[in-house]
Amino acid sequence: MAATARAVPRNLQETHAPGTDGIGASTLRPDGVLKVRGDFAYSSDLWHEDMLWGMALRSPHPRARIRSLDISAAVAQPGVYAVLTHDDIPGSKFYGLEVVDQPVLAIDQVRFHGEPVALVAADHPETARRALAKIRVEYEVLAPITTTAQALDVDANGYVHAPDEYKAHASDNVVHRQRIVSGLGVTDEVRAAADVVVRHDYEVGMQDQAFLGPESGLAVPAEDGGVDLYIATQWLHVDRDQMCPVLGLPPEKVRLALAGVGGAFGGREDISMQVHACLLALHTGKPVKIVYSREESFFGHVHRHPAVLTYEHGATRDGRLVYVEASISLDGGAYASSSPAVVGNASSLGIGPYVVPNVEMNAAAYYTNNPPCGAMRGFGAVQACFAYESQMDRLAAELGMDPVELRQLNAVEEGSAMPTGQIIDSPAPVAELLRRVKDMPLPPTRPWESDGGTDVRELPGGLSNTTHGEGVVRGVGYAVGIKNVGFSEGFDDYSTAHVRLEVVGGAPVASVHTAAAEVGQGGITVHAQIVRTELGVEQVTIHPANTRVGSAGSTSASRQTYMTGGAVKLAAEAVRASVLTLGRERYGWSADLVAGLRLEAGKVVVGRGEVVADLVDLLGDDAVEATREHHHRPTQAFDRVTGQGFGHVQYTFCAHRAVVDVDVDLGLVKVVELSAAQDVGVMLNPLSVLGQIQGGSTQGLGLAVMEEILVEDGKVRNPSFTDYLIPTILDTPPMRIDVLELADPHAPYGLRGVGEAPTLSSTPAVVSAIRAATGLALNRVPVRPEHLTGT
Amino acid sequence: MKVTFTVNGRQAEAEDVWEGESLLYVLRERVGLPGSKNACEQGECGSCTVYLDGDPVCACLVAAGQVQGREVRTVEGLADGDTLDPVQQAFVDAGAVQCGFCTPGLLVQTHDLLERRARPSDAEIREALSGNLCRCTGYEKIMDAVRLAAARKAEAPGASAGAGA
Repeated sequence: MAATARAVPRNLQETHAPGTDGIGASTLRPDGVLKVRGDFAYSSDLWHEDMLWGMALRSPHPRARIRSLDISAAVAQPGVYAVLTHDDIPGSKFYGLEVVDQPVLAIDQVRFHGEPVALVAADHPETARRALAKIRVEYEVLAPITTTAQALDVDANGYVHAPDEYKAHASDNVVHRQRIVSGLGVTDEVRAAADVVVRHDYEVGMQDQAFLGPESGLAVPAEDGGVDLYIATQWLHVDRDQMCPVLGLPPEKVRLALAGVGGAFGGREDISMQVHACLLALHTGKPVKIVYSREESFFGHVHRHPAVLTYEHGATRDGRLVYVEASISLDGGAYASSSPAVVGNASSLGIGPYVVPNVEMNAAAYYTNNPPCGAMRGFGAVQACFAYESQMDRLAAELGMDPVELRQLNAVEEGSAMPTGQIIDSPAPVAELLRRVKDMPLPPTRPWESDGGTDVRELPGGLSNTTHGEGVVRGVGYAVGIKNVGFSEGFDDYSTAHVRLEVVGGAPVASVHTAAAEVGQGGITVHAQIVRTELGVEQVTIHPANTRVGSAGSTSASRQTYMTGGAVKLAAEAVRASVLTLGRERYGWSADLVAGLRLEAGKVVVGRGEVVADLVDLLGDDAVEATREHHHRPTQAFDRVTGQGFGHVQYTFCAHRAVVDVDVDLGLVKVVELSAAQDVGVMLNPLSVLGQIQGGSTQGLGLAVMEEILVEDGKVRNPSFTDYLIPTILDTPPMRIDVLELADPHAPYGLRGVGEAPTLSSTPAVVSAIRAATGLALNRVPVRPEHLTGT
Repeated sequence: MKVTFTVNGRQAEAEDVWEGESLLYVLRERVGLPGSKNACEQGECGSCTVYLDGDPVCACLVAAGQVQGREVRTVEGLADGDTLDPVQQAFVDAGAVQCGFCTPGLLVQTHDLLERRARPSDAEIREALSGNLCRCTGYEKIMDAVRLAAARKAEAPGASAGAGA
């Protein structure tokens, strides 16, 4: 079992998805068996003969000038094949998702703690680490800009990006701003119409996606001077589009293939090691593998924007909202990433799923010398949801109303106008979702009391045995949120699918080829279900995702089943039409007959299932195939001054009820139950839908009570799973899920994106429950023990 | 150095091992068994859990030299040929696998739990799996999978009722 040549991993070839079930069934994932056998090759599992290990030297300072950089000792070390700096980049030295402002390797200065400065390729990871240690960098350390307030004061603190090289849309350390005004805005007259006003400041800490599979990949130089990259990403084509200018290569010479992806949650939207591995591979002429450690992973991808929010809600005595005035400051960190789109979401979704006659909303993202922030599940809607739902609780308290009733009274419904002026033109059952979570039976109190004894596992603190019930109080809290599905603000967010039908081994087989990134959500499961529904075949083969087919867009924004599922549906429908045309040509079927034909169980059938032809006979040796792009309905950019515009493709809603027990002496929280109700339009795969809602809810729980990247003076203090805590199975309660299916007439099959909405309302529901238990204000998440004990 | 050990019932040999390498590195990079995963490499996430002489350990915390002459069983060694272990099958059937990166470690840990305790309570399952992080599922389907595996093992022919209880 020495390390000799290894077989190409199965999931990099093709995945077979046999079965009889179409959409609506809880079909099991076709890669599941490979995954439980340990045979599914993730991007960090890849291996190539003669491969080298790539590694990056990262800045220890958040803001500094590079006075000198000496790589000679590293180059001289045996086993080192290359040491690269920005001088070695053949093409453009910058990349970026929306704004091309991020250096591939630092050029004369560093703007955040962990910014890549140089690269090494060596024969062993330890050789590479030692070579990195021999690179001498002389830094002139500068005072970092670490708050959005500091960023605004350019006279005192200067610029993260100098004005003459500013690439974002705005200026003066602002990445992007969006104002939204509706009704009369918030004037003195409007304020006077409110009987009750609540105004508070809120703060949301920096959350990490913490996907388990670290950033990694294998770049293999090709004979044509190009490169093949096997990679874990969320969007192959946008990676390629950013890589080509840097590598100085045309798209046909930069070929990407999706390796196994160990989770994503937004953290793989931006490039991490893609370009670095390719630069090293092309420079050395050898395959190069890069695998981040967990520590490097914390530095190697963007995080959720920390936010400072101020909200003022005014309402009449009977609980009708009169106005909301809000400002949201998002810390974008050193580079733009997807900050502009995050601002668009924060502003346009930032008053929540409520009818508000008058709105003045101002949201902005700023450049600082903190770690860059960008996409994470919930994308701009999470921070606002914590604030507006906290406000709704406070307003209910001021009014002496039930907090759920107040929400239901003001809830949007189909036909309501958003503050952007966009009319919600599909079901929006916000009040109903709240009713459903409220009507669920409550879990028993004092669950630790069993058979006269005490089961400490059911208490806050668990087996640490910190209480037997003394000082423990219970609270119940509710929240609801609104999220968009798909890319917004006028972006033509299409996806491409190729479907082919042919006879193989005496049976009709359909194959599907897309570039959609399967990151664990189960996209390929659903693609096979769609093909079975449309083409009535049992054998479906999923091609590996790569750049040989058109773009699928990103696996983000809860969009992939809607967009790529929609593309697979269109391509399969085109194949079915071609099959029926073949029947007309071969068998002389009339147009009337064809109009009533369906494909089922490998047959062409009519009426109650009478067989008209067998697909095997009809197809013969011919393959029928089609490639289709699926474009969602067009949207509009928000007006720069008023924020008005039909900006979003689809809205999605989820409500939560959280039940907590809090040890008020030690500040320990046990979430006892976290129930959710969500409208998903139509469930294509119920098992996967539940998995998304439960997983998303858990990430929201993490933000509520434990997850935060601690940044002090621009430096990340907890880049490890020892110090950055994510919920374990002990922290995560049973989750009762109620799924509503109200079809969206604008969407394929009526489906509604699922993945993100549960991440929004889970956080404020948990915090609301802690407030109910303790009576504390708790205006910041995550809630830490010291916030509860006051120590 | 050279390290010789048994893995999944077969003799394995790794040459030119640097003393700082972990068992996880040797498995993944030297003997072609990348099933054990590298999510944190500091013993926090459990994704590299393997049996070492029958005890579940984090392979990332075991120095390569420590496995000399010892017996390792990884996720690749759980199935009996084409037949999945009941724990593996239950994870597939219950929807406990999403991205799957935590799965190998959870499978070994669950396999060990059910060897020790045939019908664990929910609290016992949570305690046994508390060292295995999962970021996708929210653990609900993992709970389902462990309960399902336990039930199937108990019903399987030859299962001794109450074994390990």
